[in-house]
Amino acid sequence: MARVVSQTKSAAVNPLKSSQPLGAAFAFLGVDGAIPLLHGSQGCTSFALALLVRHFNEAIPLQTTAMNEAAIIVGGADRLEEAILSLKARTRPRLIGICTTASVEARDEDVAGDVENIKRKRAIELVGTEVVLANTPDFDGAIEEGWSKAVTAVIEALARPDKQYRNPRKIAILPGWNLTVADIEHLRETAVSFGLDPVILPDVSGALDGSIPEDWMPTTYGGTKLEEIRDLGATMQCIAIGEHMRRPAEALQRLTGVPYVLFRSLTGLENVDRFIRLLAAVSCKQTPLNVRRNRMQLQDAMLDGHFHMAGKKIAIASEPDQLFQFSDFFTAMGAEIAAAVTTTGTSKALEMVPAKTVKVGDLSDLESLAATADLIVTHSHGREAARRLGVPLMRVGFPMFDRFGSQHKLTILYRGTRDVIFDFANIIQANHPPNPWPT
Amino acid sequence: MSSLNAKNKDAFHELASEKSGSKGPKARLRNCARPMAPGTAVGGCAFDGAKVALQPITDVAHLIHAPLACEGNSWDNRGAASSGPTLWRTSFTTDLTEIDIVMGHSERKLFKAIREIKDGYAPAAIFVYSTCVTAMIGDDIDVVCKRATDEFALPVVPVNAPGFVGSKNLGNKLAGEALLKHVIGTVEPDEPGLCDINILGEFNLSGEFWQVKPLLDKLGVRVRACIPGDARYLQVASAHRSRAAMTVCSTAFVALARKMQERWDIPFFEGSFYGISGTSEALRRIADLLVKKGADPSLLHRTEILVAEEEEKVWKRLEAYRPRLEGKRVLLNTGGVKSWSVVHALMEIGMEIVGTSVKKSTLEDRERVKQTLKEENLVFESMSPRELFSLLLERKADIMLSGGRTQYIALKAKLPWLDINQERHHAYAGYEGMVQLARQIDLAIHNPMWPQVREPAPWEQALVV
Ligand code: SF4
Repeated sequence: MARVVSQTKSAAVNPLKSSQPLGAAFAFLGVDGAIPLLHGSQGCTSFALALLVRHFNEAIPLQTTAMNEAAIIVGGADRLEEAILSLKARTRPRLIGICTTASVEARDEDVAGDVENIKRKRAIELVGTEVVLANTPDFDGAIEEGWSKAVTAVIEALARPDKQYRNPRKIAILPGWNLTVADIEHLRETAVSFGLDPVILPDVSGALDGSIPEDWMPTTYGGTKLEEIRDLGATMQCIAIGEHMRRPAEALQRLTGVPYVLFRSLTGLENVDRFIRLLAAVSCKQTPLNVRRNRMQLQDAMLDGHFHMAGKKIAIASEPDQLFQFSDFFTAMGAEIAAAVTTTGTSKALEMVPAKTVKVGDLSDLESLAATADLIVTHSHGREAARRLGVPLMRVGFPMFDRFGSQHKLTILYRGTRDVIFDFANIIQANHPPNPWPT
Repeated sequence: MSSLNAKNKDAFHELASEKSGSKGPKARLRNCARPMAPGTAVGGCAFDGAKVALQPITDVAHLIHAPLACEGNSWDNRGAASSGPTLWRTSFTTDLTEIDIVMGHSERKLFKAIREIKDGYAPAAIFVYSTCVTAMIGDDIDVVCKRATDEFALPVVPVNAPGFVGSKNLGNKLAGEALLKHVIGTVEPDEPGLCDINILGEFNLSGEFWQVKPLLDKLGVRVRACIPGDARYLQVASAHRSRAAMTVCSTAFVALARKMQERWDIPFFEGSFYGISGTSEALRRIADLLVKKGADPSLLHRTEILVAEEEEKVWKRLEAYRPRLEGKRVLLNTGGVKSWSVVHALMEIGMEIVGTSVKKSTLEDRERVKQTLKEENLVFESMSPRELFSLLLERKADIMLSGGRTQYIALKAKLPWLDINQERHHAYAGYEGMVQLARQIDLAIHNPMWPQVREPAPWEQALVV
C-alpha cells in the first residue's frame, strides 16, 4: 500500500494539474446538445478552452459568465442569468452545464440558490433546456474531481427516481475522464457484442472524435442523449470505471436503485477478465469470438513484450485513477514504479498504487525523482523534464498537445492493453536498442 | 483594492488618450475596454494579457499568485523564442488551496514561494502576478514584493492585473505600467551609444525578430532592449538610455512608449515588420529618429541603400508566388492587433481581402485598415463562430488566416487555414518573413488534399452515377 506524501513547497513548479472546472466542462462535453458555462471571470474560460482545443484539435463549445470587477464585488447572479438566457436564445442547447470557478467560490456565493432562482423565474424561457450546476472551485481537486462532480450533478438533476421497468439488456456505463474516445467506442462495441444495450455517460466518443457535421454546431453533437440519462433507472446494472466514478454511481443507485460495480481499471489482463466475466453474467451470453481472439492476441503481446518491460524503472505522474491504471499495469508486466506523483491526495485509488510512496506534487517533483528512471509517463507538459533528464517520455492523459490522435489511442480491454504494451516496448526499444548486432 | 483601482483608472485614461481618431474620449474608452457580455464571448483576461506581455523576458521567474487554474491551464502555450536563458519556460504558481485561502495564509505562502524560487533557480528577478482570487481576498502583493526585494536583494516586481479588471488588452497595458514603475530606469547601462534603440511590443514569436535584427546590425543600430521578446532583465531595466523606440504594430506597449518619451525623452513611432513596405518604412523611421537625436546623418543614406538592396532581392523571390496567389481571397480574423500590417502585406502580393476583423485594433489601425480596403463592410468586429463560418462560405474565401481558436471554423468548412497568431510555427517578420508567408499560404491553398476531402462519400456518389 502506497504512502501518500503531501506537498510541502510553497511554489508549485511546472504544474501537473489542470483545473477542476475544466474537468467538469470536459464531462459536460460528453452530453448531446450541451454547452458548458464557466461561472467566473472570462480568462478562466479562455484558458480552459485553449487547452481543450489544443488537446482535441477540435472546435469546443465553452462559455463564460465573464464576471467583471463590479460582479466580483456585488456577486454574479445577474451575470449568470444573463449568460444562461443569452445562450438559450442564441444556441438552443439542450443542456447548460455550469461549472463554478475560484472567483465565485472564494466569495462564498450561493450559486446553487442562484441557479434555482433563475430556473424558477425564467421557467418559460428555459423550456427545453436543462440547467445543471457543478460546484468546482479551482483551489480544490483537479480534472478528475471536476469530471466526477459534473457527472454526479447530471445524474442527480435528470435521472428519474420513479421505480420503473428494468430492461434486462440495458446497462449503464460511467467512464472516468481518463478513457479516450477510442476506449469508449471499444467499450460500447464490446458490450454490444454481448447483446447488451449500453448507455454511456458521459460519452465523449460522439462529441470529440473529430467527425465533421454539415453545418456549424454551436453546441456539442453526439454524446449521451438527455432522454437516455432520464431513463438511467431502467438499466439493469451500472458499471463505473475509476474510483472517481464511485460518487456518480452511488448517486444513481440512491436515486433509482440500480446497483453498481466499480472497476478501478480496465487495463491489464486480470482486470479485463473480471470485466468480461461481468458482461457474460449480466447478458447471460457466451463470450463472443472476437473478444476471445483479442484475449489471445493480448497473451501473445504479453509474451513478446515482457522482455522489454521486466525490471524497467518507471516514473509516472498523473491524476489518481490514471496513476493507478498505468502503474498497476506496468507492475503486472514486471516493471517497477520508481516514482509516482499525483495531483490531489484525497482519492482512495492512491492507496492501491504499487509504489512505496505517492507524492502529491508537480512536474518538478517528478523531475527530481525521475533521474534514474527508464521511462517517464505523464502528459505533454512532461516533455521538458524528459528532455532535460534524457529519459524517454510516454504521453498519457491530459493535456496532450504535441501529439496527434491521442483520442484515438486505445488503452483499455484486451486490445487496448495490447496496444499499450506495444507502445511501451517500442519506446523502450527505440531508446535502448536490445543486443546490438555482433560486428 | 483601492490602489489597484487607481492604477486601472490610470490605464483606462491612457487608453482613452491614445492619439488619432476624431471620436471623443468616451467612444474610445468604449472601443478599447469594451466589457465582455456573459454567455457570448470568450477572450483572455487582464492577467493573461499581463503575462503574455512580460513572460518572454527570459531570465526572470514569473510567479503566478493564484489557485491552480490561472497558471495550470495556461502555461507552456506560447512560441516566443529565447537565445539564452530558459527560466521563463519554467512555470511557477502558489497553487493556493482552500486551506491557504480560508486560513489567510496566502501572503505568507507567496513570500515563501519567492524565497524557494530565489534559492532554487537564481533568477535575475521575480515577477509576481496577482489574479482574481488573490486580489479579491485582499492580498497586497506590492507589500510582499517590497519586503522580498529588501530581504533577498533581488528585484521582485509586482504585476497588478487580476483577470476581472478587464480584457487581455488592458492587461498588456498594466504590464507596461509595472515595468515603468518598478523596472525601467533602475539600472544604468555600461556603454550607452548614439544608435541604441528599444523595440516595444515585439514578442519574437517563432524567433521572427531574429529575421529583422540582422538588418539593424548591418546599419550599426543596436537593440538595447526588445521588450519583451528574448529580453533579459538588465536590458529592460536600462532601456531608458536608448535614443529612440519603435512600438511594433500592437497596442500592447504604446502607452509605455509614450510615458518613456515623457520621462526620458525617447521619441518613438508605431511601425511594423510585416510586409515589404512596412519593414522598409520601419527601418527608415528608426534611422530618422536616431539622426534627429544626434546619430551620424550617414545612417540615412546607408538605410536607403540597404532598403533598396533588400527590396530588390525579396521581390525577385516573391515573383514565383505571385501567379499562384494573385486574386486569391483571404479572410483575416486575427483578433485584430496585426490586422493592419497583415492586410497590407497580403495586398502587396496581389491577394484580395474579403474581410478582416478589427476587434482589438487601435482606432488608428482601424482607420488605416478602412482606408486601405476602401470598403466599410469588409471590416468586422468580433463574430460568433457560426457567423464566421457563414461569412467564409458566403464570400468564397480561399483561405482564412487567424489564431488557433478559430482554426476549426475554417477546417470544418473544409477550407485552408493558416495560423498567424502566437501559436504559429513560422516566422513572418521582415523581408524574409514575407517570403515565408507567401510560401505558407501557397502551400495551404494548393495542397492536393483539399479536393480529396471535399469529395462526396462513395455511397453519396452512387446515387449520381
Ligand atoms: S480570469 Fe481571473 S481567475 Fe480566471 S484565469 Fe484570469 S486571473 Fe485567473
